[in-house]
Amino acid sequence: MASRALYSPRHPMLKKRDSFEDILEERRHSSDLRYALRCYTPTLYKGLVPCKASMLKSIVLQSDHLQYVIKQVSSESGDSTECVAEEASLILDEMAHRLQLSTVRFFVFTLSKAFKRLFRSVCVNEEGIQRLQQAVQEHPVVLLPSHRSYMDFLMMSYLLYMYDLPLPVIAAGMDFMSMKFVGEMLRMSGAFFIRRSFGGDKLYWAVFSEYVKTMLRNGYAPIEFFLEGTRSRTCKSLTPKTGLLNIVMEPFFKGELFDVNLVPVSISYERILEESLYARELLGIPKPKESTSGLLKARRVLSEDYGSMYVYFGHPVSVRSLTEGKITRSQYNLLPRCIPQKPSADTHEFLNDTAFRLVRIQEGNMVLKPWVLIATLLLQNPDGMDLSSLAEQTDWLRHLALAFGAFLDWPDHAACSEVISCSLALHRHLLSVSAGHVQLSVTDAPQVETTPEEAVFHQAVVVLSCASYRNQILHVFLRPALLAVAMQSANSNRKDDVYNCFNFLRNMFSSEFILCPGDSVQDFEEACYLLMKRGVLQVLEHEIVMSASGHSTLAFLSSVLDPFLQGYQVVSRYLCEETNENLTEKEFIPAVRNFALKLILAGRLKCYEALSSDLQKNALAAFLRLKAVMKVKVGDQVTLKVNKIAVNSLEDTLGKSDVISHQNSWWSSMAMFEIAI
Amino acid sequence: MKWNGWGYSDSRFLFNKKGQAEFTGKRYRLSGLILPSLKDWFEGTFGANLQHKSPATPTVNLSAVAPPDLNEPFVEDLKAAGVAMSHDPEDRVFRAHGHCLHEIFALREGRIGRVPDMVVWPSCHKDVEKIVELACKHNVCLIPYGGGTSVSSALECPREETRSIVSLDTSQMLNECGYCTGHEPDSMEFSSLGGWVATRASGMKKNIYGNIEELVVHIKMVTPRGVIEKSCLGPRMSTGPDIHHFILGSEGTLGVVTEVTLKIRPIPEYQKYGSVVFPNFQQGVACLREVARQRCAPASIRLMDNEQFQFGHALKPQVSSIFTSFLDGLKKFYITKFKGFDPHHLCVATLLFEGDRGKVLQHEKQVYDIAAKFGGLAAGEDNGQRGYMLTFVIAYLRDLGMDYYVIGESFETSVPWDRVLDLCRNVKERIVRECKERGVQFPPLSTCRVTQTYDAGACVYFYFAFNYRGLSDPVHVYEQVEHAAREEILANGGSLSHHHGVGKLRKEWMKESVSSVGLGMLKSVKEYVDPQNVFGNRNLL
Repeated sequence: MASRALYSPRHPMLKKRDSFEDILEERRHSSDLRYALRCYTPTLYKGLVPCKASMLKSIVLQSDHLQYVIKQVSSESGDSTECVAEEASLILDEMAHRLQLSTVRFFVFTLSKAFKRLFRSVCVNEEGIQRLQQAVQEHPVVLLPSHRSYMDFLMMSYLLYMYDLPLPVIAAGMDFMSMKFVGEMLRMSGAFFIRRSFGGDKLYWAVFSEYVKTMLRNGYAPIEFFLEGTRSRTCKSLTPKTGLLNIVMEPFFKGELFDVNLVPVSISYERILEESLYARELLGIPKPKESTSGLLKARRVLSEDYGSMYVYFGHPVSVRSLTEGKITRSQYNLLPRCIPQKPSADTHEFLNDTAFRLVRIQEGNMVLKPWVLIATLLLQNPDGMDLSSLAEQTDWLRHLALAFGAFLDWPDHAACSEVISCSLALHRHLLSVSAGHVQLSVTDAPQVETTPEEAVFHQAVVVLSCASYRNQILHVFLRPALLAVAMQSANSNRKDDVYNCFNFLRNMFSSEFILCPGDSVQDFEEACYLLMKRGVLQVLEHEIVMSASGHSTLAFLSSVLDPFLQGYQVVSRYLCEETNENLTEKEFIPAVRNFALKLILAGRLKCYEALSSDLQKNALAAFLRLKAVMKVKVGDQVTLKVNKIAVNSLEDTLGKSDVISHQNSWWSSMAMFEIAI
Repeated sequence: MKWNGWGYSDSRFLFNKKGQAEFTGKRYRLSGLILPSLKDWFEGTFGANLQHKSPATPTVNLSAVAPPDLNEPFVEDLKAAGVAMSHDPEDRVFRAHGHCLHEIFALREGRIGRVPDMVVWPSCHKDVEKIVELACKHNVCLIPYGGGTSVSSALECPREETRSIVSLDTSQMLNECGYCTGHEPDSMEFSSLGGWVATRASGMKKNIYGNIEELVVHIKMVTPRGVIEKSCLGPRMSTGPDIHHFILGSEGTLGVVTEVTLKIRPIPEYQKYGSVVFPNFQQGVACLREVARQRCAPASIRLMDNEQFQFGHALKPQVSSIFTSFLDGLKKFYITKFKGFDPHHLCVATLLFEGDRGKVLQHEKQVYDIAAKFGGLAAGEDNGQRGYMLTFVIAYLRDLGMDYYVIGESFETSVPWDRVLDLCRNVKERIVRECKERGVQFPPLSTCRVTQTYDAGACVYFYFAFNYRGLSDPVHVYEQVEHAAREEILANGGSLSHHHGVGKLRKEWMKESVSSVGLGMLKSVKEYVDPQNVFGNRNLL
């Protein structure tokens, strides 16, 4: 059942989603203290091996796996096994959680207060909770939430406590540990800490993986981690990591567990707490190191309105049914299972594929608010829009999004203009509205004297903040948009020409968006299907033809990708024009940023998103992948070697779509078309 | 002997008019006794009902047996040689099957497929040589037959066989002697020595006497190429790969075993049963592993899981006195209340010691001491003995189940020690899950026991049975589930078979099990020994 849900071709109109309940409703009417102290009796896994947190440590240290690695490390390094074992024990101390119900109760109390201040409502699909209750009893569970905010895992634990589900243990990055007090609090509410990078450290890997596996095998608690690895600063899903996924699947591969349930969870925010923080970070204003005092300053955020928050628990996905016909478990038969084995090529491909599909499930279950549509339109109209035309276009876009399967939370029985004014009010700090005209703009009291550079950055903060909302809906439009751009840049209407262009763009943007490797044909067909159904295209046997009414939709779709096309062009222009032999990897981002800034100041570039370090990083990754740039290690530094001819030709191919000339013309063309009718 | 069920015609389980189970006949310890708790267990476990019967066809429908396709010149030559033969339908039907579920199920419904066209009974080695020679000359297919207890479809006549099929029955070639071989497979009353050799059989007491490959000193086999044997009775030789290993487990594909020299042992002076209760299966397995590590396994040591323990309990005969029932109650109280064993988790190991009295007692102490370290409590001789009885009557019980819409079978594997627990759990769960997915209405009986211990691992035996009311093709469902269970076994590091053999039932996994080069080696031996495929039962390869 579960695997079918994961692999079925997307059929947007048939997608059925559960309804939501607001959990704050009850909190507003009864005592938070009594609630925090209430009797907590979670549903338990049927195969649970009861075990205290302190026991866990000795089980891990005594495990055959760890003992094996300790001996191995000791013979390689020459240190005594006792010494290595001691080191392992220290690693485990640094890592391990110390889940305490009392700390959780404290968090429940304070979070109840905080959530009520921050959010109008916190909505949960209770059917998903019921499914989870079932899943938790049958097999060990892995929770896979999306990651947009620090709020995510607090909210997860809060919800699980609330619904009498076992509290998860959460893989968290080490950076939290620098906030001493908060770090320890989080530890006591179930977080365990892993170093950000431990590449070749065998011992660390062994302790870490054994720790996670032991908890999973014993059914100690659900394991929670973020497939994306870190918070997405752009609200686009990040390319998933497979390391932890491999760890939680291995007990199944090796027959130690009958099955493991993976539960993707989509957490979406109407307004993200870290919104402008992220934008600043993307513009190179460094992220303040997590510190307790920093967090206290963040109290300011408590006084603002962040709208609603949505948590959607997806269908549990059984690892057993996922692997059917894909993984030969007998490959593990010939070595004792305590000896660590690197995943085989097949397994690796499977993990990667699964990770992508899980992230797509997360994307599909993210709730989109009307503001997301408005933000998309406002970004395409940097000079602002009349409220009336904004209403009209939003309504048009709403129908397009729904037809493509967007999980749009549009209020029932409300006039479009009303919905829009509500949205604008919530996000007023990004807008200026005057005389029926809306425009993205800097609203914070401008500094008395700003340099032109500062002005650009102020505007860029607004644009990137706004883009983080548009980005939430990109996954809905992505495939048709790639097709739209491909049709513009292809030499002919021939299907294979268009497909080649589509495939090129897909490769180009595979770090930017979630595009499952190997799904290129499927994606192409999906895009064709959606646009055909919408009456935009006719897909014939060898040709793809635009319908008479299709121009406006295609123009809209290609302008969705426009900032990315322009941004990548800026990066390639930089690589061709400005670089010398000794460009180090570290210098790359600031240098491109300066380059883009100069172009903007000179009036040659309007696209503020080109300033985003995320985009710049992704573009570089694309050039590296396409072998137009090579990494060369010189001493301790990594320098980038640019093949200018290759970069140039990529830029040409990107430039072919020539979207700039089409920009903003889609609506007028539609209007004309409507008059013609 | 029954024609469509297990064992002797006089011995069978039935529910009497009062709804109590009893075992008829006089042959077994259980014979003639009432088993008061079997009914409740049976109804509770399978959701079966004594009102819903699925009786077998009472007699063989001989008209359903196809007329024999005889190779006349072969028959003539055989007559001239004076070998006993028959083409009586009953003789032929009897030798057309083993005891796989689908074979017995079909017989009970009166369905009869392809059967051998005739049966021959050689009386000595010379006869066999003659039969094989004539079979080659006239191109008929020979299928050696021993006791007919195969559970691998090994005796099924291959559908694609177009030649006349001759069943070569060797069961009358055995003689009684005054010793014991110590080889006691569960089918021992019915199976034959030739069959043991041809399938790489294993006996319950292999810990003392060894499996068949360790018991055999010399084998003589008649093949189409001639006779294969060694020249002396040396206990071990370094003369290249052991040619016995081409014969052991060849499953009737290469020739007929006509003479076997086995090691014999004096009949043991003293035998003692025993049993140990463990709080759970994990502890039990850990104890058996330790026993194996210390190499002090008794003649037999078996560990039943909780479901099988309850099954064994259901076979307790009516107790004769109030005192015994009082004692039973006390024992139960001691184990569950005083020692805190959960009756839904505890499991039992049964033990059998053999040898001279002093050594047995000493050995017994050693084993119980180890058991105590794993939380095991000695639970008396009686429980042990009943455990072993179960293995001899279980096949009779299947026939009872089949009278009431319950079908089932056993299958086995061998697995390294470190994977025993995981394999048992996963296979049992896979069975339950597959049954559910295939529309079986009641949860199946899915249970296992560890029946043999080795230095490097153990033999695990699964029983699997379910109530098939409401299913249109129960045998197909059964086969699908067994297939899935075997896949699960292989995925969890278990072997294709410990001692049942491959036959035709498990052929599809041979390549995966022994590699394609390994399979090629076996094929080339077959090619050389029997190029005409006279021994055409199509087992194994």
